Amino acid sequence: MSARAVILRVAALLLLVVFVTAPQLFAFAFAPLAANNAPAIYNQGSLLALTLSHLRIVFLATCASTALAVALGIFVTRPKGREFLPLSRSLVNIGQTFPPIAVLAIAVPLVGFGEKPTFIALFLYGLLPIFENTLAGLTEVSPQTLEAARGMGMNARQRLWQVELPLALPVILAGIRLSVIISLGTATIGSTVAAKGLGEVIIAGLQSNNIAFILQGGLVVALLAVLIHDGLGLTERMAARKLGRFVDETA
Amino acid sequence: MPTLRPTLHLDRLGSVIAGLIGLALFASPFVTYRANRIVSGEGRLLVDALPPAGALITVVVVLGVAFCAALARKPLARLAAASLGLCVIFPAIGISAGFVTPAGNTFARVSPAIGFWLLALAFALLAADALTRLRLGPWGRLGALSVAAGALALLLVSGAWNDLSLMKEYANRAETFWREARQHLWLALGSMLAACLVGLPLGLASHRVPALRAAILNGLGIVQTIPSIALFGILIAPLGFLAANVPLAAALGIRGIGAAPAFIALFLYSLLPVVANTMAGLSQVPADVIEAARGMGLSRRQRLVQIELPLALPVILAGIRIVLVQNLGLATIAALIGGGGFGTFVFQGIGQTAIDLVLLGAIPTVALSFAAAIILDAIIDLTRRGAHDRD
Repeated sequence: MSARAVILRVAALLLLVVFVTAPQLFAFAFAPLAANNAPAIYNQGSLLALTLSHLRIVFLATCASTALAVALGIFVTRPKGREFLPLSRSLVNIGQTFPPIAVLAIAVPLVGFGEKPTFIALFLYGLLPIFENTLAGLTEVSPQTLEAARGMGMNARQRLWQVELPLALPVILAGIRLSVIISLGTATIGSTVAAKGLGEVIIAGLQSNNIAFILQGGLVVALLAVLIHDGLGLTERMAARKLGRFVDETA
Repeated sequence: MPTLRPTLHLDRLGSVIAGLIGLALFASPFVTYRANRIVSGEGRLLVDALPPAGALITVVVVLGVAFCAALARKPLARLAAASLGLCVIFPAIGISAGFVTPAGNTFARVSPAIGFWLLALAFALLAADALTRLRLGPWGRLGALSVAAGALALLLVSGAWNDLSLMKEYANRAETFWREARQHLWLALGSMLAACLVGLPLGLASHRVPALRAAILNGLGIVQTIPSIALFGILIAPLGFLAANVPLAAALGIRGIGAAPAFIALFLYSLLPVVANTMAGLSQVPADVIEAARGMGLSRRQRLVQIELPLALPVILAGIRIVLVQNLGLATIAALIGGGGFGTFVFQGIGQTAIDLVLLGAIPTVALSFAAAIILDAIIDLTRRGAHDRD
């Protein structure tokens, strides 16, 4: 990574941290947008607390989806679960035609308002990309590699943990990244069903017709998403590079 | 080797589906009865939700499908069983609504309950698995889609579902429904067309000029990362400023809040898949093919139109498929900023905790995305086949 890229990222992160901890410092920039003496900076709660609870729900939901999606992906690629493989491929395709908001909206009448429907929507929708990529990663491991592992005397369990999963890891991580980004967006919409999150700022702005609120909510969510996307991309490249070295050493 | 297979083979997936059917049939309510549209309701088991003869027929058919799922191996047989099951429970839910609603009561609402949804899910899984195993060609898939759409249209037009709460919600706002439907399609398709008009030349340019490539892809990648509602929010500020200060913009209907920011946001989201796939499609055209075309005396323009674009078409269409499915889903969020579309019903429904209103917005959205995905996949297969024929 070039020095300029590092500086840019650090600056963006600093800007985000300063903005959510001390938004009043930026009041001058948003004041022209707030009409009729409306407050320029969100005043119905702390931006920091909203950011943290937004991140918390995304993190918890992603952990849960990762655990289930990877387990399912492993199951349908084992001999025992092979019968489910064609169907699970179609299900992933069909599932992606569901908009996240539909999942969120249908969860509300079932479990009530608040964090619960948001968590369910994030969890269910987050399964898809991770499951899809786990399948892709595991099925793309070449038969020769598996044959070699078998020849070295590895049993099925060892092959999975020491060969298949490490080789599939970068692809699985890419799925997790996609899932996190979708979840960040869905969690923002979750504020319409009373989940604590950054969407609250945007919704408050829409309801009181205060463009300053809408813009600052939008900017914080956008900056957060771009930084997280970038950071996870970095981990992925590190995993891939590690894999490259690993393969080189054994070659 | 079929001879080695035991005569009675229990299919794993089929057993799961049969279990699901059993659970739906005996342990979950088939419909929910509510005294009015927003109070919480009470469930009715299938046997209590239909006239005795109807209940008997439904139970027998559904159990038959469960046995087929567990025992039948041929995909065609399983598909037939699943279709039969769907053909029974879909009209049954309509009949049940009429049966459960007390005569003359216009406030009572009957909605499908968990048992119905589980049965529909089980049959749909069975059908999806059978269709996947049949490996239908593009025409076969289009045929299956039109049969399903036709059956659905028949049910809707015949009035078999008119007693269901969902259809009552529709009847109360039929006019709004079609207006929002047009708005939804306009948002999704219009922004897709705009993205094609801009994205194809942009993709071509970045294919020809490598210096542009990284800048364009990185910029569009960042836009893709921004959650939809945040992007809508960011666009509202400049558009509101434009509307307040440029009379022409206001006259064109551009306002800070409304369809304009939604349209622009969907357009921006659509650019990356179109540009990236145009580039990928063009770069995979073999160099020797282009060389041969040059040798035949084709001009640069002719090479592009007659050779490169047709060969890149399947990949470009794959990008358009991503865009269309994504836009149809994202257009629901437009309602949050006053942009209309099916999301209007979803957000109204959330506000009133009226699940049927939510479904009135969500079901058409999902159906449209689903149909769009199948149709475009089929078209992609057909163009791919066409490209191979030319080889």
